[in-house]
Amino acid sequence: MGELLNADELNKIARTIRARIVENAHKTNTPHLGSCLSCVDILVAVYFHVLRIDPTQARDPDRDRFILSKGHGAAALFQVLALRGFYPESMLETYGQDGSLFAEHPPAPAYLPGIEAATGSLGHGLPMGLGMALSARIEGRSYNVIALLSDGECNEGSIWESAMMTASQKVERLAIVVDFNKWQATGRSEEVLAISPLVDKWRAFGWSTCEADGHDIASLVRLLSKVPDGSGKPVAIVAHTVKGKGVSFMEDDNNWHYRIPTADEVVAAKKELGVAA
Amino acid sequence: MRNAFADEITKLGTADHRIVLLTGDIGNKLFDKFKDRAESRFFNCGVAEANMMGVAAGMALCGLRPVVYTITPFTTTRCFEQIRVDVCYHKAPVIIVGTGSGLSYADLGPTHHSCEDMAILRTLPEMTVVAPGDSIELRLALRQAFTLDGPVYMRIGKKGEPAIHQKEPDFRIGRSITIQAGTDVCLIGTGVMSAVVVKAAKTLGECGVSARVESFHTVKPLDQVTLTEIFSKYPVVAVAEEHGRIGGLAGAISEWLAAQDGPCAKLLAFGTDDAFMHEVGSQEYARRKFGLTAENIAEQVHARLLSVLNKRAVPNVAS
Repeated sequence: MGELLNADELNKIARTIRARIVENAHKTNTPHLGSCLSCVDILVAVYFHVLRIDPTQARDPDRDRFILSKGHGAAALFQVLALRGFYPESMLETYGQDGSLFAEHPPAPAYLPGIEAATGSLGHGLPMGLGMALSARIEGRSYNVIALLSDGECNEGSIWESAMMTASQKVERLAIVVDFNKWQATGRSEEVLAISPLVDKWRAFGWSTCEADGHDIASLVRLLSKVPDGSGKPVAIVAHTVKGKGVSFMEDDNNWHYRIPTADEVVAAKKELGVAA
Repeated sequence: MRNAFADEITKLGTADHRIVLLTGDIGNKLFDKFKDRAESRFFNCGVAEANMMGVAAGMALCGLRPVVYTITPFTTTRCFEQIRVDVCYHKAPVIIVGTGSGLSYADLGPTHHSCEDMAILRTLPEMTVVAPGDSIELRLALRQAFTLDGPVYMRIGKKGEPAIHQKEPDFRIGRSITIQAGTDVCLIGTGVMSAVVVKAAKTLGECGVSARVESFHTVKPLDQVTLTEIFSKYPVVAVAEEHGRIGGLAGAISEWLAAQDGPCAKLLAFGTDDAFMHEVGSQEYARRKFGLTAENIAEQVHARLLSVLNKRAVPNVAS
């Protein structure tokens, strides 16, 4: 990518990606729409501004790494990677077909450019990201690793195992963003397993923490561009988000964790997003 | 065995800067030399095995050659999903070492026994499963594991295991080693049971039965060439392992055997019962409890041989 994009351009990309996600969900019966829409702005900030990556050199050993630890957001990631040029957008036409590489969760990196880790079973992406960040230290490289977690994913013990080791190793080039949309698959994340106070938890585990509006791309870019942040600690950004963000009739309605939109709903969603039919 | 492992990984890690050693808060002082020589490549990951396995996979994806080391149940069943997804699905070249496998820690109770590990890990695509028979095999297996392009699970004993090789054998992962030739029966050992099987062969020899002994150090992939030869040549083939009779080496051979054409020997399996061992004791006590002694193996094999020979000697009247 040549010159960095401004906030308006990034927001436009986010709207385009949201429209494509909704359209794809209808076309291919792919669920997790709410989870995908909730993390679009984070993905756009990361892939279109923060990460030092070159899609034509997808395996460059010095590239920054991004891991979608909340693997059920794959339908969003696939759109982002295509738009960012890791593979032709036409490849996405195989989505939902027999023999397609696009599962409901990211495949192993060998099968799709741009993917750093196969995720989908929750609590795996952060430990793998930690291994990548420690590799950078061992090999004297200076790439960053960013992992995107869901709040439901913070139920997993392996997340907290990893949080402790990251802190004890003072891995300052590892950052996480928690897509804190206050829902998990079947209920409010606060009610399923008392998740609050989430920021304090990460701080208590030895991380440099901050809160952010997970839909304010410019603000996310500012925070993620300051990794490492000088504290000598790993960075945890708890990003407050709205599940289903961008389509009013999906926002904060957990039915859209599994519901598939109708053709009329796709039209309504695209109209609201300002994206041509 | 664990001392041999520590020594060998120190040598290998000194020469190859891609090698990283991760432990689960175990091996007090065992790896001091490794730490001295490669401090930046040693990680005590704490008592957090799921994370440790994921970290190892992440390192392997960046071109390093991580080795994960802790007591067998904690480096296998505890973090099985991380092995399945992070390591095997990514075909990440992680070497997973389970120390004190089988009944090595008999006196520590069922939480520390591991009689399921090979059964479970050999179900995973891309996984190689190795159970070295002694310290020499362990060193050779470890060296070779680093040359493979995918994950390896290696189950080892604790300390003081007898040697089964007098000199360095021609060791290849996936190819069994003939420890001694024999004409009447064939005894197959894997891991620490290979030494027991050598003793059983000696006992059989004293009874006039000539027993071939194979060290079947690789449980996956199976050495089908050797198996084909053995099962067509000997009337009795016995397999001994410090592992349940469900799914271990005997299990793997049974799966193979069921698909073979033509007359084949029956398999005599020596392993642990389908039960937790509630009454603890020494490793020897545990082996006696499950019939994993040289005396019992020799006796059972001898009885089976006599029964086979008697059946052959009696003419079949019906035909």
